Amino acid sequence: MKMVKQVDARGLSCPQPVILTRNAIQAREFPIEVLVDTATSRENVRRMAEKSGFQVHVEEMGDEFKLTITK
Amino acid sequence: MIAAASVCWRRLCFVHAVVQWTAWRRYSKEERITSEQLTRFFASRRGIVLVGVTIGVLAPLLQKLGNPPNMGICVACFERDIAGALGLHRAAIVQYIRPEIIGFVLGSMVAALLFREFKPRVGSAPIVRFVLGMFAMIGALAFLGCPWRALLRLAGGDLNAILGLSGLATGIAIGVQFLKQGYDLGRSYRTYPAVGWIMPAMMISLLLLLIFRPQFNQGGPIFFSQNGPGSLHAPLLISLAVGIIIGFLAQRTRFCTMGAVRDVILMGDTHLISGVGTLLVTAFVTNLLLGQVHVGFAGQPTAHSNHLWNFLGMALAGLAFALAGGCPGRQLFLSGEGDGDAAVFVVGMITGAAFAHNFALAGTPDKVVEGVVQVGGLSTVGMAAVILGLVVCLIIGFSMRETKKETGV
Repeated sequence: MKMVKQVDARGLSCPQPVILTRNAIQAREFPIEVLVDTATSRENVRRMAEKSGFQVHVEEMGDEFKLTITK
Repeated sequence: MIAAASVCWRRLCFVHAVVQWTAWRRYSKEERITSEQLTRFFASRRGIVLVGVTIGVLAPLLQKLGNPPNMGICVACFERDIAGALGLHRAAIVQYIRPEIIGFVLGSMVAALLFREFKPRVGSAPIVRFVLGMFAMIGALAFLGCPWRALLRLAGGDLNAILGLSGLATGIAIGVQFLKQGYDLGRSYRTYPAVGWIMPAMMISLLLLLIFRPQFNQGGPIFFSQNGPGSLHAPLLISLAVGIIIGFLAQRTRFCTMGAVRDVILMGDTHLISGVGTLLVTAFVTNLLLGQVHVGFAGQPTAHSNHLWNFLGMALAGLAFALAGGCPGRQLFLSGEGDGDAAVFVVGMITGAAFAHNFALAGTPDKVVEGVVQVGGLSTVGMAAVILGLVVCLIIGFSMRETKKETGV
């Protein structure tokens, strides 16, 4: 099974989650899973990834969100 | 002409409202509006522009209703006034418990609760945030305004704001360099619900002090200015309501003046800045209609025309905001949704205001004496404090970086 690249941005405040996700995108190993724990981070990461032309799937897991970014 | 323009503007507003309402009705008929859809709307460009328009109209209106000139809303000045009212500094002309600040926190809290985003969290280097808040305030008071007031000053024709805003952008640009090199204050962690209630409780307490005006000592505190900017204020309930409305909308849209500039520099993202730009334009138009525009550098209300220190003061504030992850308004909204670290930044700012006035670090406004403008500015100690603040912020920026391994990538 292919290893999924994971970015753990839980507890980090803006713009850290976006920067970490962008770094991961630049490494170009898809899919990327991003874990965040605020709605703000979820929106910011989603907006950045969608603007860069990627697909984003958001999954709510209790208090946290898992965003899966694919090409 | 202004009267005609005013009528025209009101008609436009009315037509706009009708169009919006019709669109809204159609929308709600077709599908039930869920909280997720509202969240999407607020996160969209239209959402952030809506906040810009709201602040751009309401802030100049607050000036018309009694707030100081070009100071419809100023987070730094208003927190400074609160520090004064509590007697943490004794500058007699800037003492008032500003309901707008209380409203910001409470409005944000209501929005966060309604949309299930109230999340008590703490632990991301609180003491560093305290220091950043303190120096952010010292920088802002050197210029005499936070980023919000810088925009409102420009919208009122105060050209000194150009120096302030340039300084702000420069400070943020330096902060972005640190971010690019891995600057990070670390993670916050979920904590007990009671922690998230501390800031709203403090605001409720301030509201009670404002309503009942108790005297804790002969003559105060609580202090209320008899003259100067502190004595100028819109009616309590209006100020509070405006604060709550803005707090609510800003929590939903994540409005942030620092973030606006940062996102443009860091990744060319114009989302937040479209809200800030809208604020500036709307406030200018509103000021024109209300006859509140006076273009020039010298003799502007509660402002000085010492260009270098206007620039450097806001550069310090901008850098501190960038390192702390939010402008002073944003820190209030975050503290309303349970962010204990943002609350510490706010307390740091209030403390910074006390230092600024007790140690005479704050800028002195221009004065007109017998028809001659005397340029104000900073005392030598004030200049030293701004330089010290810049040095401290640079040390924080250089020394607090995580290695790649620790960031979780």
